[in-house]
Amino acid sequence: MILNTILFLPLLGFLMLLFMHQRIARQFALWFSLGIFVSSLSLIWPVLANPGDMSFVTNTIWVAYPEIRFHIGLDGLSLWLVILTTLLTPLAILVSWKYIRDRVTLYYGYLLLLEFGLIGVFVSLDMFLFYVFWEVCLVPMYFLIGIWGHDRRIYAAVKFFLYTMAGSVLMLAAIIWLYLKTGTFDYFAILNQIRSGQVAISPLEQTLMFLAFFFSFAIKVPLFPLHTWLPDAHVEAPTAGSVMLASVMLKMGTYGLVRFCLPLFPEAARANANWIAGLAIVGIIYGALVAMVQPNMKKLVAYSSVSHLGFVVLGIFSFNQQGLDGAVYQMLNHGISTGALFMLVGYLYERQHSLEIKDYGGVATPAPILTTIFVITTLASIGLPTLNNFIGEYLVLQGAAQANFGWAVGAAVGVILSACYMLWMVQRTFYGETPDSVAHHVTDIGKREFIAIAPLLVLMVWMGMYSQSFLPAVSASNAKILEQTKVQATRSVPAEVANAR
Amino acid sequence: MNENAHQLWLIPALPLAGALINGVVGQMRDRAAHAAAHGHGHGHGHSHSHSHSQGHDHGGHDSHAKPDPLVSMVSIGSVLLAFLWVSKTLIALGDLNTAYVERYFTWIASGSLNVGFDLAIDRLSAVMLLVVTGIGTLIHIYATGYMSHEKGYYRFFCYLNLFMFFMLILVLGANYLLLFIGWEGVGLCSYLLIGFYFLKKSAGDAGKKAFIVNRVGDFGFALAMLLIFIHFGSLDFGAVLPKASGVDTGILTAIGLLLLVGACGKSAQVPLYVWLPDAMEGPTPVSALIHAATMVTAGVYMVARSFPIYEGAPMAREAVALIGLATAVMAATIGLAQNDIKKVFAYSTVSQLGFMFLGLGVGAYGAGIYHVVTHAFFKALLFLGAGSVIHALGGEQDIRNMGGLRTKIPWTFATLFIAAFAIAGFPGLSGYYSKHEILLAAHHHAHWMYWVGTITAGITSFYVFRCIFLTFFGEYRGKAHPHESPAVMLIPLILLAGLSIAGGFLGIPHWLEPFFPKMAEGHDAMAGNITTLVGLGGIVLAYLFYVVSPGIPEGIANSLRGLYNLIDNKYYVDEAYDSAIVHPLEHGSRIVLWRGVDAGFIDGIVNGMGGVSRSIGGALRTLQSGNIRSYANWVVLGAVIFLVMLGAAGGAR
Repeated sequence: MILNTILFLPLLGFLMLLFMHQRIARQFALWFSLGIFVSSLSLIWPVLANPGDMSFVTNTIWVAYPEIRFHIGLDGLSLWLVILTTLLTPLAILVSWKYIRDRVTLYYGYLLLLEFGLIGVFVSLDMFLFYVFWEVCLVPMYFLIGIWGHDRRIYAAVKFFLYTMAGSVLMLAAIIWLYLKTGTFDYFAILNQIRSGQVAISPLEQTLMFLAFFFSFAIKVPLFPLHTWLPDAHVEAPTAGSVMLASVMLKMGTYGLVRFCLPLFPEAARANANWIAGLAIVGIIYGALVAMVQPNMKKLVAYSSVSHLGFVVLGIFSFNQQGLDGAVYQMLNHGISTGALFMLVGYLYERQHSLEIKDYGGVATPAPILTTIFVITTLASIGLPTLNNFIGEYLVLQGAAQANFGWAVGAAVGVILSACYMLWMVQRTFYGETPDSVAHHVTDIGKREFIAIAPLLVLMVWMGMYSQSFLPAVSASNAKILEQTKVQATRSVPAEVANAR
Repeated sequence: MNENAHQLWLIPALPLAGALINGVVGQMRDRAAHAAAHGHGHGHGHSHSHSHSQGHDHGGHDSHAKPDPLVSMVSIGSVLLAFLWVSKTLIALGDLNTAYVERYFTWIASGSLNVGFDLAIDRLSAVMLLVVTGIGTLIHIYATGYMSHEKGYYRFFCYLNLFMFFMLILVLGANYLLLFIGWEGVGLCSYLLIGFYFLKKSAGDAGKKAFIVNRVGDFGFALAMLLIFIHFGSLDFGAVLPKASGVDTGILTAIGLLLLVGACGKSAQVPLYVWLPDAMEGPTPVSALIHAATMVTAGVYMVARSFPIYEGAPMAREAVALIGLATAVMAATIGLAQNDIKKVFAYSTVSQLGFMFLGLGVGAYGAGIYHVVTHAFFKALLFLGAGSVIHALGGEQDIRNMGGLRTKIPWTFATLFIAAFAIAGFPGLSGYYSKHEILLAAHHHAHWMYWVGTITAGITSFYVFRCIFLTFFGEYRGKAHPHESPAVMLIPLILLAGLSIAGGFLGIPHWLEPFFPKMAEGHDAMAGNITTLVGLGGIVLAYLFYVVSPGIPEGIANSLRGLYNLIDNKYYVDEAYDSAIVHPLEHGSRIVLWRGVDAGFIDGIVNGMGGVSRSIGGALRTLQSGNIRSYANWVVLGAVIFLVMLGAAGGAR
């Protein structure tokens, strides 16, 4: 019941905002989303007690025919992603506080609607329900970019929409096909039928369905070469949009890979692991190299995301505990450090009204604390040990090395390059003499801004120093998923038997 | 004895606490002081005047700045307490024939991987701990004097204490990953401190270069760790190293070479040494502590720590020796032509680190670590002395503008003179013993290595004394008014001078002997005498060239113009890296990858579907129901196509 409440509260908030007065909208949104966050904390302990299985399960019929179930639950894999969503939403509201003046109720409403969709994606255990939430997320983000974005917002929003839609179409088809085969949309029912061999799926079918899901998820990740919507979307999106997009939305893709792609189509996933890992490694290096030459801060961070998410995909397709644990941990890490980076870039933008690195310089002199926070976030992002990203990157590398040492060598190149582009940006932006334009406009971090970013700083250190608070739950879920991806040599036999019958 | 009886965690925690206090409280007090000095200026406390002086070492000179006594006390106190705690622990632990380990909590656990936050002391780390905290204390004391006029006094000591924290983690860590924390952490502090004068572009550039070149090394280190875990199933020293002899030579060679790549970055060996000379942009105490005495020896420590791996991988060990020798020669020759007093000592540091690697590579691990210790004494002294000279001359670093300072700053001169004799290997001083051990072991390993090493040692004494003679002898050629440094700077110099003299009699080789594998006996007395004579010859030659008849060097430089230019330009290594790696990478990324692949090719395809997408885009722009319909059309169309495909696949079964 708690999970249901937390899932639907954001929707309620969205509806309430539609009828609310402009003046109280942001106050309401902030306190409402904070309330959701605080109550979502109560989800943690029950899941930690039994992270390998689903807690807070609700399983009822939603649509009678074709039977679509309202089946939700939470395990160690989805727990932290849900918490990440409920944490980031109030922070995103806080960073929009002054910047958004236009159609305020709608703006905060969309942020809450987005939260609703995101939580839904992470808790759905019915394939159709999952698809519905997947699409629900698309709409508010489309409008956040399209209405409150910068100059080329329409182009960016349409590109975002088209890319994602191209993927969703295939996923929907695959879901329907699964339904036709198994007679159900329920994820566990489908999984059981496939694993027990009750339903016969030819290797070609499995490959096609795997690719359909994979393609849809890979666009969302985004995996090279399907990434070109991301830099445009980030550059044009308002700060909060970038934060939610980078922190949580990109994880929908990698979450889908872990939750659905691997267990449902293990043979196909393994058979295709080589070229996928290859793309991931190309993405790691490619994203870093392109980030290195970006004159625009947001584009730089966007390309760095392509690089970081490459690590996640590589870890997933390493098919071992370290790789998978690292990948999931890295999803959370990326959400925190890149979310923080986008916030900080947003702070700079609100002062100087530019995202071009060349319009800055010497920011450290007028804004020492902002600079310190930016540098710490940067260091987290480039994987400095004691901060969060290091643990994820290390585990992914260790997992990849076990699968194929060459993969680890390629991915580790990205670790060198990440230092290049990040330190380059830090130096150009913060060090050196302060030009007059910067000295006039740039002030140090304000109280509200500090409160918005402080939780993320705390998490960077916490997750980097004491991963035991978070990782065991993830590990337990992953162990179970890995177990499901073990290719059973005997499995094709009962399938034939079932057919013969 | 109960578990964790010695509270090893206190050793790194003390400087960490110091860093936090300086960073938070120090900053608040600094702001308050600024506000008071500038009146109530509406919070714009940073109305800085653009008057940072000559652009030399003393960068952000601020006449208003007064050192915050709280910051000085916290920074010195925390390191001193760490030193005392180390001493107390070592006395209590006694002979340390086996490593003493304390376990605190699990840091990373995933599947069969389990890395604990465990600290350990054995004979090797005991030596390193004493050097790091002992020299560290002296340099902190010195720095409170040296930095007293600088802006950002609290920031400096925050970083410096943070450095001590990471360095102590590096030495105390009981597994490779914890060592790696320290390794990366000291690199970070080095980056921050090189770039301490962040208003100067050259300082920022140097810091960035140091970080990135070190990352190249870390790449190797990280891969080595991955291999270690795959083949040993653990990263704990206690679990990995004793098992090394049972592992395939090929694997050990790969691990050894990859670790060496890491060590080359941190310890500035060929081909990754290029960052260290530039690192002299940092304040001089930083050069002494981080870029001479402690951090740069981390690579030596790591290789020595991993000696069982190298014992099983002769090829990797040979590579260590060759890299070390090449570095020693290359840096020493470059040192001949340097005119910046700090750069001379920087190249000499690179060169001496090369000697340490030579020692490790020929199997004399103990001698390598011994040289780490004596080098820490005399090189810290050389840098602090250089700092005292720079301080005396108001920021001047060019030795061509010095001269005759012997009488003007006698204490600085006397202590620097001792340090120079120590590095030259003058009999009886600390450097003599450690360098001889290395060269004699090299002699035992391969004669040619001995000869190359000995000649390099001769070059070393020549260029170090060139620097000393140009600085302190002859007539004063500059315009400043030299003044001796305050006692807070001189006392560390005097203590370090004492250690540079006595370093050979502290029993370090004896203490380390049971820890490392035994060397074959049979030192060649003749070889030892030759080394001594060559070292003295370098001093005499420098005296002839730079005191007796100063016209000679010019003549030689003129007659060997080509060779001189090559050395003067540091073999054009920076230029080669720029044109072979940095520029192609940057231009390739910009023109081929970003403009070509990303914007041209991929987006070309995406926009190529524009005929369709534009019509939808148009529909979307109106934000009317049209978009819903076309969206639905897409969904249905795609789904139908896909279902047909799947149907065909299912039917084909």
